[in-house]
Amino acid sequence: MKALLQSVAVLLGRTPPRPTPEDISPRVREIHELQAMPMNREQIRDARAEMVSRPQTWRRRRWAVLIAVNLLFVLSYHLDIQLVEGALTGSRFVGFHMADVNSALQVMLAYRHVVLNLLIGVVSVSLLWWALGGRTFCSWVCPYHLLGELGEIIHLRLAARKLVKNHTFDRRGRTVLWLFFAVLAFVTGYTVYETISPTGILSRALIYGPGLALVWVVALLMFEIFYSRRGWCRYACPIGLTYGLVGVLAPLKVVHNIGQCHNDGACRQVCLVPHVLATTIRGRAKTMNTDLGADCTRCGRCLDVCPTSSLSFKFKGPG
Amino acid sequence: MCPESAKRSRSAGPDNPKRRRFLRTMILIGGLIGASLVGLVPVVRGWARRLRPPGALAEADFLSACIKCGQCVQVCPVEAISLADIQDGAGVGTPWIDPRRQACDFSCDGLQCVLACPTGALTHDLDYPHQARMATAVLARPDLCLAVRGQGVAGPARGKNFKGVLRYAEIDRWHPLPVREHEYDLEVCDLCVRMCPIEIRISQCEAGNPPAGDPNQCPPQPAIRLVPTGEKGGRATYTPQVLSGCVGCGVCEMICPAEPSAIVMDLLAGEGSA
Repeated sequence: MKALLQSVAVLLGRTPPRPTPEDISPRVREIHELQAMPMNREQIRDARAEMVSRPQTWRRRRWAVLIAVNLLFVLSYHLDIQLVEGALTGSRFVGFHMADVNSALQVMLAYRHVVLNLLIGVVSVSLLWWALGGRTFCSWVCPYHLLGELGEIIHLRLAARKLVKNHTFDRRGRTVLWLFFAVLAFVTGYTVYETISPTGILSRALIYGPGLALVWVVALLMFEIFYSRRGWCRYACPIGLTYGLVGVLAPLKVVHNIGQCHNDGACRQVCLVPHVLATTIRGRAKTMNTDLGADCTRCGRCLDVCPTSSLSFKFKGPG
Repeated sequence: MCPESAKRSRSAGPDNPKRRRFLRTMILIGGLIGASLVGLVPVVRGWARRLRPPGALAEADFLSACIKCGQCVQVCPVEAISLADIQDGAGVGTPWIDPRRQACDFSCDGLQCVLACPTGALTHDLDYPHQARMATAVLARPDLCLAVRGQGVAGPARGKNFKGVLRYAEIDRWHPLPVREHEYDLEVCDLCVRMCPIEIRISQCEAGNPPAGDPNQCPPQPAIRLVPTGEKGGRATYTPQVLSGCVGCGVCEMICPAEPSAIVMDLLAGEGSA
């Protein structure tokens, strides 16, 4: 229960707290002490130097799925397959209603009606994302995520040459924005967030053809490349927070095992949401196995780069 | 921690990284809120008023209920529906019809867009085309109207390059045909009446042939007629008169051979209804 509350608190923007010594299990405390010894630290450094870069298996799989899902929407319309009709905001999958949870929320708040079809769509979509972990949507489906990853590659190259500098933001800002857009939809009666949602804009542009709205998406991408690494997805997007909440109790988790972990932070360097990996910092793990928090997008980047395979996907059953 | 450093970290000078990050975050939040509020201007000022698909709720309700998924776009057999771009602000992604390019001629009979709409922004209360009230046709430019001038039509109504399609039920009951392939030869232009989906349905019903064999498809009120106004240079002249059965589908605006169209859709008259 405590871990759950903390997962939600971190999702909403809290910095993961350091564990007190009493929180840490005796066995894990031993491991921490062992890892802190100078001799072991040297050994770890040597071992790390020998590590070869590993293939980016999960990224490849994920990009394939992301492109396939979006392509399915496009082809369903243009080849008239009618498998998935609509866009990511709302669709029918072989006739079954599907609705983006955040878009449906905006509509119901603005319209001040509980729309039955939307409710059906929200429930089916929520069940799927609950099972996989809500933010799985972000890294496995959202078309802006793919653009963001490409932008991130450019950002990191520029940053390595000291041409750009990463600026971080307070993560609580996303919670403020989420609340603001929810209240604004209810008060004004317009789905205000949809105006600036790169997910909706991109999904519609792919399916129905490009428009001027893409200028906004490009502006967000430029902001991420030149000013703040993955800024939109990390600090702003309310859809991310919505799905984070949907998947708080997800049975599928990325699990960190402290046994082999070198605490070298390769995972935190590639992670979209490094705060969920706080447990990989030296001395932070409380138990042998730690589930990553609700903000995790299950993107698998950490699995791809971890030199010791200390991170893995686990299907653990609800809770 | 020594009191000296504690003091420094609490200082609120502009160089304090925490303070700078806080300010940055405020600017980010403010900027995004500002950008989204700019999106309210076109909808609140009414710049984004457009002809909506049949069954659309009153504009304000329609904008709040539409989830911007485009399922209505996908099912329309004449591809009359487009999605609005960012100029419409918070109306981005909402469906609209440019009747001059391609009007809704109810080719689908069953109001497919209404059935496709997942949110009821296109209200499911609508069962038949004649129940729609998308707008009202008005003769905005009577001086351009061929009937008013006593002129006829020879050849395709909108020229050889016009891409629009309409259902010509007497030729093909099931598939809409390109308007450019249909040659007219009319002594006096009556295309707005002749092609009106409501008028077509009324004549089908009068001939004992209601659409889809369903008498409920029969419109109770006529939508448009030509009224004789006399003679001009030896030719009889008429003026189109829009009647209470007009649903504002835009077919008359689409087919009107005058350039620009003499008859157009008046949205304000259609406000607040289906």
